[in-house]
Amino acid sequence: MKTIEPNSSIATPETFPPPSMAVWQHNHILDLDDFTREEIELVLETADAMAEVLTREVKRVPTLRGKTVVTLFHEPSTRTRASFELAAKNLSADTVSLDASKSSIVKGESLIDSLRTIQALGADIIVMRHSQSGAPYLAIKHVNCSLINAGDGWHAHPSQALLDLYTIRRHLGTLTNLKTTIIGDIMHSRVARSNIWGMTTMGAKVVLCAPPTLIPRGLDSFIANCQLPNVSIETDIEPALENADVVMPLRLQMERQQSGLLPSLREYIQLYQLTTERLSLAKPQVLVMHPGPINEGIEISPEVAHGAQSVIEEQVTNGVAIRMALLYLIAGGKNK
Amino acid sequence: MPTTLLISGGRIIDPSQGIDKVADLLVAKGKITWMGDKGTAPSHADLTTIDAAGLVVCPGFIDLHCHLREPGFEDKETIATGTKAAAKGGFTTVCCMPNTNPALDTQSSIDYVKKTAEIEGLVQVLPIGCITKGRQGKELTEMSELANAGAIGFSDDGNTVASSRIMSLAMDYSYALGLPIIDHCEDKELSDGGYMNDGWVSARLGLRGMPKAAEEIIVARDLALAQLTGARLHIAHVSTEGSVELIRRAKEKDIAVTAEVTPHHLTLTEERVMNEGTNRLLAYDTNAKVNPPLRTKEDIAALIKGLKDGTIDAIATDHAPHTSVDKMCEFGLAAFGISGLETALACLMSLVHSGQLDLKTIISKLTFEPARIIGTGYGELGILMPGCRANVTLFDPNKEWTVDSRDFASKGKNTPFDGCPFKGRVIATIVAGKVVYRDNPE
Amino acid sequence: MPERILMSPEDIQRALVRIAHEIVERNKGAKDIVLVGMQTRGVPLSKRLAATIQSFEKITVPVGSLDISLYRDDISSLHLKPVMHRTDISTDVTNKQVVLIDDVFYTGRSIRAAMDAITDLGRPQSIQLAVLVDRGHRELPIRADYAGKNIPTSKDEEIKVYVKEVDGEDKVTILSPNKGATDEND
Repeated sequence: MKTIEPNSSIATPETFPPPSMAVWQHNHILDLDDFTREEIELVLETADAMAEVLTREVKRVPTLRGKTVVTLFHEPSTRTRASFELAAKNLSADTVSLDASKSSIVKGESLIDSLRTIQALGADIIVMRHSQSGAPYLAIKHVNCSLINAGDGWHAHPSQALLDLYTIRRHLGTLTNLKTTIIGDIMHSRVARSNIWGMTTMGAKVVLCAPPTLIPRGLDSFIANCQLPNVSIETDIEPALENADVVMPLRLQMERQQSGLLPSLREYIQLYQLTTERLSLAKPQVLVMHPGPINEGIEISPEVAHGAQSVIEEQVTNGVAIRMALLYLIAGGKNK
Repeated sequence: MPTTLLISGGRIIDPSQGIDKVADLLVAKGKITWMGDKGTAPSHADLTTIDAAGLVVCPGFIDLHCHLREPGFEDKETIATGTKAAAKGGFTTVCCMPNTNPALDTQSSIDYVKKTAEIEGLVQVLPIGCITKGRQGKELTEMSELANAGAIGFSDDGNTVASSRIMSLAMDYSYALGLPIIDHCEDKELSDGGYMNDGWVSARLGLRGMPKAAEEIIVARDLALAQLTGARLHIAHVSTEGSVELIRRAKEKDIAVTAEVTPHHLTLTEERVMNEGTNRLLAYDTNAKVNPPLRTKEDIAALIKGLKDGTIDAIATDHAPHTSVDKMCEFGLAAFGISGLETALACLMSLVHSGQLDLKTIISKLTFEPARIIGTGYGELGILMPGCRANVTLFDPNKEWTVDSRDFASKGKNTPFDGCPFKGRVIATIVAGKVVYRDNPE
Repeated sequence: MPERILMSPEDIQRALVRIAHEIVERNKGAKDIVLVGMQTRGVPLSKRLAATIQSFEKITVPVGSLDISLYRDDISSLHLKPVMHRTDISTDVTNKQVVLIDDVFYTGRSIRAAMDAITDLGRPQSIQLAVLVDRGHRELPIRADYAGKNIPTSKDEEIKVYVKEVDGEDKVTILSPNKGATDEND
């Protein structure tokens, strides 16, 4: 299995003078819709520095020593939670992880009460994942510490979109004018939504490809109302993939067929699975990405998932670097 | 002992009689006794004068649709607090919905509400009975018993009678009683547990949407059944352009349908869920979570047009108080509803001040049109005619104030208008000749 | 009073040449030396030193760059500082003589952080410090092994180092906040 290496000749050049921290305006990381291009660049630059730490034998720096990072996950997730926890530990922060299925949250304690308790225990940063869209926006009204959104319902997953941008940049150097095709359950996808913001801010074009029942009815007027001319919708996979620089199939939840949104998985696979043959419609240097976990044989064929163009595993490594960058930038932020 | 009241120098607007003039009004022993030119009232011993200069004096507002929550949900509201809120909002008669616990689906529960209202209610309370037992949509209630006990109509509000067969039977049955079936029109399979209007905002916020068609399908169905049965149908809280058009065409065919709209559906769009004042961050404001949901500006334009051309007969608040526990939570988990009695007039006045509706229309839709729907079984309502019960509202159409939900008489502080500056405020409310609310001058 | 020039391009050049010779002399040759430039301006200075050493010792001394942002003790003032750059030390530092190169030596806190960073990467035999300008006011017990120029300053003065590779020119200036009673040129 050969995987493509980041193209070191296009590795991001050091800029003199470097972008100043004065561009950073965030006490919380909720979504990429209010990130300027400079702020995204700052995160990516910082992640580069963090990536260097990850190449060391001892992957640890003392930057967040004495800070407490609490992960509060209302939805099951091993990889994102582990990624955030490792990121925090690499920065020497103390971590506490609260699994909603085990804690009092399920017993009927409200989200707000849980957050207040966590704050009272001394959390400096809360990393929260929740099944309800908008939960982090409620949370920040009730806590003084910083909050990083690790995914809220269908709405946003900013750290995932940032690591996607980082991965693309490491390989293709720039995002300007790239065609990025996202295939799958757009309706329920927070990854798709955050990527819409991140990619368009960085100058890329986004094509959203899905069966019509998995596209929100209001999506085209959302695109129009938010002035996103670089975003388009396509129900046919072939034009969607044509000349794409990046292809990102999304995980298809089995429940979608059960709740009647799709006639069968078989038809979905026939129409939308990313196969080697379909991938050849894209550019030769196309990157194949996936937010994980993969349903091999459903949205993506095993050959493509493990093929030469796939950077899926690298995304996971980059995820730790990006999350270290976010923790670092949030911990040092203004308006404390 | 009711005193004699002289309401002096106000601009009396009574659309039911076509009156709009500055005049004096005399109220004695709970009834209107005289209306005439300023200063010419017959003298009386024991007279209290209310100076109404600069104020509008009109029949007391009638709310066809509100939730008093008692029995069963007294933490959200009681008949006492709800009617206090009604009085503050200028409402002298309120029709309360039966989605209480127990539901108002038996004579004894209707009796309970009436008796409690007599003792603790500040304004006239007219209960609405359920269409089906427990609002389950399966078996009709004993409508005749409910009517005898004082129900002015029937509704499963909050739920829709999903079965067209049951709905047609309900209409047949109510036809004989001459009382309206009031429907909350929502095809729940289509709206599928949605939280707000299905449109661009729901796509942006990642929230499950309730398509407009979910309302329009049931409106169309109900209109067809109304045509079939001849029964009186009243469409609750109309919210879409499509519904307005369906009702308009039905009225052209003389189907016996009436309709109401809420002040919030006339003034707020779905964007209110997303935006809260000048705050840059997404609001996910649960105070804007309501069923039917806030829609678009095209719908607002159609609703206003519907009010003007008579397609929509009345304005009703759908006052839905909730505790903070029910509202201060994740958007998807929050209860639906706006506590609207105390902001209704101000909301509507904003449409008057911006030239979209005139004062007479607003007052008409709050007074004699709802009275027509209720009928005369509970007194001649919505009219300032000598001999009629003295339900009078005085308001200052230009008084500037800012909404502060902490000042609400209602237990429900859930309003999307908190902090909004408005022009137009109730100054006094008189029920059966007694002043039940007086605005404190600042 | 405007910026006063303390070191001209020639002054800087001579200082660097001298430091390069001192490093080789003190370490008895250029073997086992690793130069580590502190971001930002220490980096081009370290490259120049390596070039100078190369020219008279004919030995290529490895050069690395170090960003100490992750080792600072004041993370909450982060928003006032520029973004971090990469740390790029590809040589193993264990058993080597690591010479840190910085432009201005002031409180010593950056050097403390740099020492923490270096020791996280390996176990050098020694860590030495070369600075272009030493302006005094140490807050920690750290000293420079090699200094281009010692400039006594007061705390409200600002020393600015310009290097060609970053700023387009070479010079060292001092900026004093108050107008002095007498001007230099009176």
